[in-house]
Amino acid sequence: MWFASPADVRERLSAVDYLTDDSIATSVFLAGALGKPLLAEGPAGVGKTQLAKAVAAATGAQLVRLQCYEGLDEARALYEWNYKKQLLRIQAGNGEDWDATHDDIFTEEFLLERPLLRAIRSQEPTVLLIDETDKADVEVEGLLLEILSDYQVTIPELGTITAVRRPYVVLTSNATRELSEALKRRCLYLHLEYPTPERERDIVLAQVPAIEAGLAEQLARTVATLRTLELKKSPSIAETVDWAHTLLALGRTELDGATVGATLGVVLKHASDQTRARKELAL
Amino acid sequence: MSLLDRHVGFVHALREAGLPVSLAEGLDAARALQVIDLAERESLRAAYAATLVKRPSYRPGFDTLFDLWFPASTTGLSGPRPEVPGDGQDVVDLETAGVPELRDRLAELLLGADGMNEFARAMVERFGRQAAGPGRQNWFSYPVLRALSPETLMARLLAEVLAGQERGGLAEKVARQRIGENTRRFTDAVSTDVRRRIAEDSGIERIARSAVRSPLEQLDFLRVTKADLARLRREVHPLARRLATRLTVKHRLGHRGRLDFRRTVRASLSSGGVPLTVFNKPRRPHRPELVVLCDTSDSVASFAHFTLLLTYALREQFAKVRAFGFVDTVDEITRFFVPGADVAEAMTKLAAEADMVRFGRTNYGNAFERFAERYGDAVGPKTSLLILGDARSNYQPPALETLKRLTKEARHAYWLNPEPVSQWDTGDSLATAYGGVVPMHECRNVVQLAAFIEELA
Repeated sequence: MWFASPADVRERLSAVDYLTDDSIATSVFLAGALGKPLLAEGPAGVGKTQLAKAVAAATGAQLVRLQCYEGLDEARALYEWNYKKQLLRIQAGNGEDWDATHDDIFTEEFLLERPLLRAIRSQEPTVLLIDETDKADVEVEGLLLEILSDYQVTIPELGTITAVRRPYVVLTSNATRELSEALKRRCLYLHLEYPTPERERDIVLAQVPAIEAGLAEQLARTVATLRTLELKKSPSIAETVDWAHTLLALGRTELDGATVGATLGVVLKHASDQTRARKELAL
Repeated sequence: MSLLDRHVGFVHALREAGLPVSLAEGLDAARALQVIDLAERESLRAAYAATLVKRPSYRPGFDTLFDLWFPASTTGLSGPRPEVPGDGQDVVDLETAGVPELRDRLAELLLGADGMNEFARAMVERFGRQAAGPGRQNWFSYPVLRALSPETLMARLLAEVLAGQERGGLAEKVARQRIGENTRRFTDAVSTDVRRRIAEDSGIERIARSAVRSPLEQLDFLRVTKADLARLRREVHPLARRLATRLTVKHRLGHRGRLDFRRTVRASLSSGGVPLTVFNKPRRPHRPELVVLCDTSDSVASFAHFTLLLTYALREQFAKVRAFGFVDTVDEITRFFVPGADVAEAMTKLAAEADMVRFGRTNYGNAFERFAERYGDAVGPKTSLLILGDARSNYQPPALETLKRLTKEARHAYWLNPEPVSQWDTGDSLATAYGGVVPMHECRNVVQLAAFIEELA
């Protein structure tokens, strides 16, 4: 068992500075209780990856991370044979017959473990983070299906390896591509949106304890307003926190128009976004 | 109703409202009910959402139905409610207080005080009941909103919040956004409670069917409202990215490209001819060129708006995109979509400056002729040609030959038509004639657009 109840999730995640709301706490709890992978989807910067890290930190599990990208394949995600070492072994083993050599070079010793296999074989409690699943090609999803429904991997030369301890799996996606129905069906789904201003204020207060509550509140509300503008890239939670650090470093206690104008670069990283914000907010 | 019946009824209602809930997912939800505390309504909602709702666009419909099947309270229990602890002020008695006092309370709530849902429920109780036919009563949200008129509180609240600060600046914008958001929450709470009461009177199934709008991606492009367009915009970007990937020619010679034989052999010399390191030729990504021809006339105004958005999104994905808008004659509109420009601004500029005779009558034939004449060189063997429009040409000559020539030169050509197939070829539609030259696809909503993109593979 990973967590005892949604309230337990809330408490233990907030102990590692990750503030949850009802839907996050319940989904995280259910993923553990039902032993199902959790698919967290939402715009960049709402704390999807952070959620997996927080679960690992709160439960004292090790975190295994598979970062997806275009062109990710089985050899990078699952396992690979150590080809160089195999060659050396063949060269070194003079006089042996082929059968002996063949049996010899497809053993544990020559297997290179990649994140998925490592998570399956791990003896300790493990959180497996499959990050930015939408970046990977469709074929990778097929590979994930076997692992996510049965927690097992088949290696032709070694046979089927089944998980000793089921890892806690978190998949994240920015929804740049629709994931397949089959994959979604196997997962619990958590849609993460930008936090409410109240929650974001609390996040800022937790991450930047030195800041005044009033300023944190102003900050959260201003960021919420920025997010309603149609921007190319809405400010992420991490950027709000950066902004808080910036204001603190500058010694500001009030977030007025001039201060926002001078520090806008901390939260908006496109020239056109900045122009737009300046115009809309009359800075 | 037992919990099991309620669960089954709810899942059934979701399916009826167009949410694809599979058997396995229904079972997951049932399993989840065993491990959570059923008295906690919000965790119940979250548990159902996590197991059954796998696309954000289904969420509003889900919430409406959840509120109907698992209502917050029932009218029978509406005795003295536990008063919400106010912030030190005396709490207004919601059952007897006059309208001005209630509006004061609403003002507090709109500024972020707790107890919005209780207040909304009490207000529906007081103002929402109206006689509907002899001897029957029914519930409406309109009289509640009329009695309290939350929108008219804005000016007063702004004055209160800003308290002497400069108007029109950042502070006002932030305050407006917050009050507007809370007003929307109040209206939602009122209509949720109204639906709950109707359901109590006349059964959940009856109201459930009419309460849920179809999910965003099934909305007809020709019938979307302004608010939907803003949300559609967010759906379009990922689709454009997928379209770009689909049109890309795939070299699938292994993920790492072809073996670089020369380099591998040369490297093996240092290890006595044993190829310890294998080199691959890097994959050269093929980036296609795209020419988009879109009908921007008023008859397809909202579709045109959408196609321009699609064009804009595509602009960022392709090596080279040239976009042309037409009504009667053609104009190149690529210049309005420079990468990094602002979408909303580009649209306004486009409407003001482009030479397309915006209120003229669509003439596909003439548009194709002019296109071939002025921009014929835009289409080449590397180009994908995408035509967007309803193929209604106001009985003008279709210029099929010209279109045939253009299509032959392009690598691929596709036509997306926002009209339902049943209306093709009625009136002045030349759907079949054009469809014979360029494969034509019905594309009325995001689902169909996504399906088209999948088909390209």
